[in-house]
Formats: sequence, C-alpha cells, structure tokens
Amino acid sequence: MSDEQKNTAPGGQPRQRMLNFHILRYNPQDPESKPHMQSYQLEETEGMTLFLALSEIREHQDPTLQYDFVCRAGICGSCSMLINGRPGLACRTLTHEMDADITLAPLPVFELIGDLSVNTGKWMHGMSERLETWVHTKEEEINLSKAEARMDPELAEQIYELDRCVECGSCVAACGTAQMRKDFVGAVGMNKLARFRLDPRDVRTDADFYELVGDDNGVFGCMSLLACHDICPKELPLQSQIAFLRRKMATIGN
Amino acid sequence: MKVIFTDVLVIGGGLAGLRMGIGAKRRGHEVIVLSLVPPKRSHSAAAQGGMQASLANVIKGQGDNEDVHFEDTVRGSDWGADQDVARMFVNTAPKAARELASWGLPWSRVKPGDRQVIINSQKETITEREEARGLIAQRDFGGTKKWRTCYVADGTGHSMLYTASDRAIGEGIEVHERTEAVALIHDGKRCYGAVVRDLITGELRAYLAKATAIATGGAGRLYRVTTSAVICEGIGHALALETGVAAVGNMEAVQFHPTGIVPVGILMTEGCRGDGGLLRDVDGYRFMPDYEPEKKELASRDVVSRRMEEHIRKGKGVKSRFGDHLWLDVTLLGRHHIEHNLREIKEICESFLGIDPAEKWIPVRPAQHYTMGGVRTNHTGESPHLKGLFAAGEAACWDLHGFNRLGGNSVSETVVAGMIVGEFIADFCDKPENGVDVPMGLVEEFVEREEAKLKALLNGKGTESAFKLNTEMQEIMSHSVGIFRNGKALQDAVDHLQQLLVRSRNIGLVSKHPGANPELVAAYRTQKMIKLALTVACGALQRTESRGAHAREDYPHRDDQNWLKRTLAFWRDEKSTLPDLEYETLDVMKMELPPGWRGYGTKDYIDHSDTAKRMAEIDEIKKRMEGKSRHDIQNALMPFRDKLPDVLRGFNERIDEPLSK
Repeated sequence: MSDEQKNTAPGGQPRQRMLNFHILRYNPQDPESKPHMQSYQLEETEGMTLFLALSEIREHQDPTLQYDFVCRAGICGSCSMLINGRPGLACRTLTHEMDADITLAPLPVFELIGDLSVNTGKWMHGMSERLETWVHTKEEEINLSKAEARMDPELAEQIYELDRCVECGSCVAACGTAQMRKDFVGAVGMNKLARFRLDPRDVRTDADFYELVGDDNGVFGCMSLLACHDICPKELPLQSQIAFLRRKMATIGN
Repeated sequence: MKVIFTDVLVIGGGLAGLRMGIGAKRRGHEVIVLSLVPPKRSHSAAAQGGMQASLANVIKGQGDNEDVHFEDTVRGSDWGADQDVARMFVNTAPKAARELASWGLPWSRVKPGDRQVIINSQKETITEREEARGLIAQRDFGGTKKWRTCYVADGTGHSMLYTASDRAIGEGIEVHERTEAVALIHDGKRCYGAVVRDLITGELRAYLAKATAIATGGAGRLYRVTTSAVICEGIGHALALETGVAAVGNMEAVQFHPTGIVPVGILMTEGCRGDGGLLRDVDGYRFMPDYEPEKKELASRDVVSRRMEEHIRKGKGVKSRFGDHLWLDVTLLGRHHIEHNLREIKEICESFLGIDPAEKWIPVRPAQHYTMGGVRTNHTGESPHLKGLFAAGEAACWDLHGFNRLGGNSVSETVVAGMIVGEFIADFCDKPENGVDVPMGLVEEFVEREEAKLKALLNGKGTESAFKLNTEMQEIMSHSVGIFRNGKALQDAVDHLQQLLVRSRNIGLVSKHPGANPELVAAYRTQKMIKLALTVACGALQRTESRGAHAREDYPHRDDQNWLKRTLAFWRDEKSTLPDLEYETLDVMKMELPPGWRGYGTKDYIDHSDTAKRMAEIDEIKKRMEGKSRHDIQNALMPFRDKLPDVLRGFNERIDEPLSK
C-alpha cells in the first residue's frame, strides 16, 4: 500500500472556508410569500456535499427551507436543482469543488412545490402514462413455474444501459424545447421509448412508437441543442438515442 | 372532513407496496398507494447487489434449489426465522424473478463458455454451460452455499423498482404521491384505514379501506450512521405500535452492513465482496481468513461486521478524522469488471470520496443497514392482533429474517411477500363480511385527534427542538444499541430515551406554517421515532443472549433453551414511556431445521432441550423416506405448501430439474 493511501482521509483536503449560499425562496402555498433570494453563511466541513450543507442550514438556521433529498447517494434522482445555474444532483455535489458563493434555484419547467422542491414525480408520471413506459406483452398470464425466456446477454446489458435513467428531470430542465412546449416528452421520454424499442419482450412496432412520439412534442420537437446529453448525471447516451429514434420515426413518417 | 374510500390502502410505494397493490388490483379490488415521495424514489432503488432466487443457472449455482436456499436463510437468521414463512419464500422467489423478467426487467444473463472470476483472491476460470445461454445469471453473496443472487449489474433494486412502478402505472394503480399516513383508524379490533396528511398542502384526509397494508420499509434513521435513505424513519412501524393493539416484533434485531463508506455511510454493495473484493486493515493485511477460515469475507453480515469492529478494537483500524476505519479492496477485480458490474460503486467513490476504486482502496466501516424487526404478522401478512391490518417487506416481521438477514434476501422478500400477501389481501377483500362498515363518528374522532396534535405543535408553547431531539436519539442508538451491546449501556440508553420521549411532548416550532413545513414533519415523526427506538433498546436490554445481529458482550452465547423466542412490543398506554414486551415461543418440534451451528461465527451455544429429540425424529423420517423425492421428504418433515396461495404452489423448473419429473 502506498503512503498516500495510508494518509489520505476521504473527501479531500481539510479547509474551513465560509460558504455563502444564495437560495431562491418562494412558497406558492403562502399568499404572502414573494419570490426572493435569501443568503445563508455556513462554515465548510470536510467532505461536505450540498445535501449536508442544506440539512445543516435547515436544522440550525432556517427550518422553513424546502428541498427534496431521499437516498443522498446519487441513486434516486430526487434532488436535482439549479446549482450555479446548471441542473445537477445536489446530493453528490461536493462543496470543495466550488467557489465559496453558491447559488441554488429550483428546476424550471416543473411545478414548484416550494423553494428548491419541484414536482418531478407528477411530470414523470404523466410522461409514463402518455408514452406507456412498460413492456407491452402478448400473453397476460405466464406460467411462473417454467424457466424464463432466454435473452442475449449483450442485449440485456444494452437495455440496462438505458434503464439506468433516474427520472431526475435534469434533462428536461436543461432543454430548450421543454421551455417552449409544455407537452414535450424530453430526453427522458425518448430514452425510455428507445429502451422499450430495444426490448424483444415488447411487441410494439415502430408504427406504434410513431403514434407516441412522431410529432413536435416528441422526436421532431428536439432542436438538437443537446444540453440533455451534457448534463445527464447518469451519463446516458442521449444524443445517439434521440438521433437514432428520430431517424427511425422519420422513416415511418414517410 | 375529506373522506376517500377504496378496497385496499397500501402505505408505502416501494417494491413491497407496489407488488401487493398489483396483486390485489389484478384480483379486481380498487387500490390506492400512499407514498411520501414519487414511488421510483423509494429506498428499494438502493438495493444494488441483487435478489436471491434459486434458479441454478450458473455453474457455481448448480445443485441449488429451494432446500439449499431454505437452509441458508434459516442459518443466516440464527434460527430466529419462522420456518414456514422461509419455505413459502424460497418456493416463490424463483417465480418472482421470472415474473419480473416477463415484465421487462433487464436481468444480467449467462454467457456460455470460459470466464475469469476471482474466488478467495485467486483468479479462476469457470465454464458456463451452453444449456444456460441467455438465462438469468447469479452471483455469489455472503452466507450462501451456492451462487444464487440474480442481478442487474449493480442496479438491481433500481431496475426492479422501475419495472414494478411502470407496471403499476400500466395497470392503472392510483398512487397518491407526497402523502403521509399519520395514524391508523381502528376500533381496537378492526383496522379501517388511515388519517393521511398531504405533504404539499398540509390537509388531513381520511382514507377508508377494507384492508390496510403497511409497506414503509425500515427504520435506519433511528441511527446516526446508516446506509438508509432519509425517508427510512420507521414511521410505518410506529403507526402500528401507536394503535396500542398491534405489535412490532424483534425490534432489537438490527443489521449492520460491513461496508458503509466513511464517513457518510453510503452502501458499498455486498457484490463487491461477492465478486472477490477483500477487506484489509491498517497494514494492508487481509484479516478475515484469521477469524472466519471457511467463509472469510463472505460470512453472514452480522458476523463480518462484528469481526471488523473486533479488529478495529485491536488497534488495526486506519486512523482518520472521522474515527477508525478499514479498507475495502476491489482493485484486484480489474477496471473492466468495476466499470461494468460495479458501476454504481465507481460513481459513488468518485462523487463522494474523490477516488477511483479500480486504483485505490475504499474506506469502510459497518453502518446500520436493515431492520429485521417489523409489524408482527402471521404467514398471510395480516396482523394477528388487529384485523384488516397487513404488512410486507422490511416494515414487517413476517418473519423471514429472524435475527439476521442474508444479503440478497431483502429485495427478494419485497416482491415475494408482495405476491403472497397481495393474494391474501385479495382473499380478505373477497369475503362479504369484510366490507367497510365504519362508524363515521370513529373516523371523525381520529381525524380530530390528529388535527389537535398538529395544532398543539404549531401553536403550543413548547421549547424543545425536534431536530435536536432527533440527533440525540440517533446518537444514543448508535453509541449504546449498536453492533456490540451490554446491559449497562442498554439500561443507560433506555433511561435516556425515556427522558427524550418526555421532552418530545414539549416540542416547539419556529415555523408556524400549517402547509408544507419540514419542521412540523420532523416534530411529529421524531415523537414516533423515539417510541420505536425504545422498543429496540428495551428488546435488546431484556434479551440476555447473543443471536444473529444482536450481540451482547455480557451474554455472548446463543441461548436456545431460554431465548428461542420472538419479542413482541406493544404500546398499550399512550402516556407510558416504555413499551410492554411479550414473547412468542418458537416450537423446535415443528422445525424442519432444528437449531445448530451456522457454519460460521461462534460455535458455542446453549441447546434447547427439544433439539436432540427433534433431530432424532427427523433422522427417522429421512431414513423411512429414503429414495423418495426431495419434495416428498420435505413435505414429511414440515408441510408448508397448503399455506401458500393456490397460484404460487407449483414447483420450479431448472436446467437440472425439469418440471415433468
């Protein structure tokens, strides 16, 4: 084992900066609330993430501050917000990688619940219902005592690659089209259809998928700005998936 | 007062809740699922490693079947499990894995031919069979004789949850997101539903149902360092406890996972060790073989966690500003394996520790991980104490896991219990006598009581801070009710928690907003959590033995003669500061696998007086049945099949075990 390994504590070098958080506050439930920026000062600790920082602010400075954390491990997709203007998962953003002034705001596009909390769940549910994001099979009843149907191992891996989406909403918040068209399915929606299109268990054809995304609220609404691809916290191959799906749908449209 | 009627009210939108809901809905009953968060955010998503199901597709799983899975599970539980339930579970697990496959879950599949694996730190070549091509693959996990853990790279829980959640959307199951049950409505005999708070508007509503099912997951947040999500606060357990009628079982059985990252406790999956990763100490020395020569890093979790703490106490930990830790070394697995099969691990190491696990060792220490205890149910998932109340998954004490759960048996239990209990809930709702005939006066009474409690918190003159009380509770639990326990520390914990409970009745709020108000939520949850923490500490104090994850330094032996019992905790008197504890005896004479040595951990235990008698009986039955099929022999030892719902009674097909036989 190297000396470095012995001596390095996790989370980087110890330092005690004062961090200045500037947070967009607004509670639509409260008729007296007006949107405004509020600042908080906090001493940085080693390994501090935005999850730890915001928890500390809520517990010691301002118990009214609203935000959404669940897994705090970058797995569940709850905590996407605008971090210095860019959508990202707050729980796995380390403060020591940032300047001392940190500006936080809720994701745009989604319904605001309050402060940094937005209703991504409602939006994603609507998208799932509209695009029918489940495997459509022929037989409803399968015999559960029997061995499973076989699947090519590489194909299973390819499906999982796209299945890794955590519906955090970052791609939608970063999307130019989503700002203009409220029914645009976003990269998240197109990625899902690409996933089900790959899945041999799903009996839907390209013509069926065309019905779901073959318009300006689907693949033809995408302006190829591709911020979705750049900011996806799971690094999904959104650029190639959208392009591929659009090419397939364009063939059907002809 | 707003009242919503349904047939089945499921509290909790994780895997267990969703699968129960799907089962009941398919049988024609209306279902509403309540969820604190969008269901896909549930903690089920964090199960990285996999799901145990004895499919026996991979070569290292050859010979696996329900019998082997059953024995592993019962040994893992240190004989605390209900063996009927364990049998029902192992028979259903392959069906659950295959059902999920048919719903589109992208299980990792078997590639025939040679591949290199790391076993006991040595490179080994194994050859997968052509007959297994494309079937669901299994990996190795702790405490199992065969490779049995089905997986989706290291995102098993995530993919399972998305598959189940999308299926629930497809089947039209109504999910009320961002709602929280704050009390169960009941008359002391029958549960009628719940009082529910809308977390966005603060509105209270009554949900009335024929069957109410708790599937709220675990109570990890009773502890300071836990792998659990922040929503795993044991509120479902507390709802049942606060009825004063239903019981929570075995709350002292708390699992600590060997490898939480230091300091934040985020989980490094058991798959790391299952795939060949090693534990090392301050000198870089691999210490587990010294303690557990047979299973090494892959003994059961309770054993590995204790050995790690023991080793740290010997001064072999690595010093850091966050306390001592050990190293998890996965570098020997190679970059390709880490980037394909342990990708979440890589992401977590990069994001939270700033290290590349293909190059550097990961700082780890045991962290609270799983709540074996839960709402006590019988094998149908229904509370034996309160009719119409069901529970499944981590929130339940069904009781599959006894005093220690095997890795890979948790997500497996969620879907299996969901399938089984979903059917029993449907049976319950089918019966005309189980219609909801609720006296509305009772419903109003419950809603008004909850309203009054919230008003008292919002407008009262209390002086205690909910956040502070919560932190104090977590510190007591981590310090005194952790991996190693003793009478003195436990008594201190009970005394201190009682004081906290009294203080929690005097919480005051800075923020008086009745709607979305995180401080108010922390206040009413903390009151519930301290009660639940007391059931853990009291159960641990009274249990003067060591069993599974419950390790008493002053009582180091497992004591079957006196403690082959399940703890039941009730909270009958609302004003009391202590739960009432009762015990339920496990009958050795009915066991298929009587208590013995687990195959790892300490070998000395105090035998039950019936054990020898039952062993002789079993030997006699086995001798008499020689030459009969394993199913017939099993049936003669401990018949269980008629306890399962009809649709789940069938045998399971395997490559080496065709159905026709």
